[in-house]
Amino acid sequence: MGNRIIETDNLTVSYGSIAAVKVISFHVEQGEIVALIGANGAGKTSTLRALSGMTTYGGRVSFMGRDLRGVAAHKIVGMGMAHVPEGRGIFGNLTVLENLKLATWQRRDKKEVAADYDRIFNIFPRLKERRQQSAGTLSGGEQQMLAVGRALMSKGTMLLLDEPSMGLSPLLAQEIFSMLAELNRAGTTILLVEQNANMALRLADRCYVLETGIIVLEGTGKELIGNPQVKEAYLGT
Amino acid sequence: MTYFLQQGLNALQLGSIYALIALGYTMVYGILSMINFAHGDFFMVGAFICFVVVTFMGLPFVPAMILSIIGVSLLGVIVERAAYKPLRQAPRVSAIITALGVGIFLENFTLALSPYPKHIPAIIENTSWTFGGLTISSLQVIIILLSLALMTVLHFIVQHTRVGMAMRAISWDKNVVPLMGVPVNNVISITFAIGSGLGGAAGMMYGMAYPIIDPYMGIIVGWKAFIAAVVGGIGNIRGAVIGGYILGATEIMVAAFFPSTYRDFTAFSLLLILLIVRPYGIMGKPRPQKV
Repeated sequence: MGNRIIETDNLTVSYGSIAAVKVISFHVEQGEIVALIGANGAGKTSTLRALSGMTTYGGRVSFMGRDLRGVAAHKIVGMGMAHVPEGRGIFGNLTVLENLKLATWQRRDKKEVAADYDRIFNIFPRLKERRQQSAGTLSGGEQQMLAVGRALMSKGTMLLLDEPSMGLSPLLAQEIFSMLAELNRAGTTILLVEQNANMALRLADRCYVLETGIIVLEGTGKELIGNPQVKEAYLGT
Repeated sequence: MTYFLQQGLNALQLGSIYALIALGYTMVYGILSMINFAHGDFFMVGAFICFVVVTFMGLPFVPAMILSIIGVSLLGVIVERAAYKPLRQAPRVSAIITALGVGIFLENFTLALSPYPKHIPAIIENTSWTFGGLTISSLQVIIILLSLALMTVLHFIVQHTRVGMAMRAISWDKNVVPLMGVPVNNVISITFAIGSGLGGAAGMMYGMAYPIIDPYMGIIVGWKAFIAAVVGGIGNIRGAVIGGYILGATEIMVAAFFPSTYRDFTAFSLLLILLIVRPYGIMGKPRPQKV
């Protein structure tokens, strides 16, 4: 068994009297790509928000062996967890470069930060071309690249991605997914939330299927692609 | 013509003070989408701190200015932490009512300590220079230049520092900022410190220009500066400055050419018309709905 980076134990998230996540337990191991799939309202986004400290929750979340209860969201970023939120969360009034720079807030290693800009501009050459442009002028695909770039600038070794394919053409979504695969090969652990189950299952090592706040199925990507239940409900074939 | 230019100088002086106060409203709105209705009273506290340090400690202009700014900055930070922060998730109207309450508290607290209006002694030597019939006093020079200097410093902070970048990010989307590793509460405190400090500086300068001060002096000046901020486009820093100078110029010019009782009536009519024409203010833009 590998090294568990993220582990949740009976995680619950409620908004008022509505339970968005009803008791889920799962884990992500070092170097894995794990996908959470499920329909709208299955609790995927709430799960990610709980992990990154953006919402209160019940149960236990641990990150690299440390209990995250009571740890402020900005401190969790400093520990190496980077959350690319739903809708990307780009600051449209800041330049591309400023968006990247803001994400380095918790870092004190100035030299490495400088090197990381180059690294990110290597992965996403289009961001380099547009670095002085206001981020609001970027296309959807470029904004997604910027959102991932920001996560890397925060020195995220654990990436939480909320619907990275949302609003992108199939071609661009494919491009983003190849980049994720590449980042993963370079050592980044990824937890991915997707409605596009087909792409997510092909990318992921392991996968959890969520339905109305509980995990109904889990398995490797390959297993689930072949699973008739998944096929019918999420792959539409 | 000389008369007009002379009034122009007066307009710059009054406009500078309105602009400084308007900046406090607009910065807090930009970051919290909340109107700090106690801000006019922060301005009043600035004038009273100046009175205290000049009268009882005999301090000259520069240290008095620094203490007024620091004192009101601290007041802003404390009020935010104690009164506004607990209400951040509450309906917006609760925060507004709390702000009004804080304002009334500050007025009456000051009233309890100082039941009669106070007089700030002159702390800068009052000299004036005349160029071609145009007279400018040392006080006017100080108010105008110091205000411009403070606005320049603010511009630098907002546009070219890390914390300024975080402020701009918060004004765009507060919810995502913690995910960048930014401690949002600290940035909010810094914003309150700066916005309130500018109000304190304005209070001191106002108190030097119009040296009779009382605990209620912040109410009408605060309302006017708030309107200046709205006319400029609330949340927009350049807008607050422009709004402040427009209001200052309108007031002075109306009083210069019409009976002075027409002043506020005319100034506010003009502002109402401006808002009908540009409901988001001069520099404000309707934010496109994010999908």
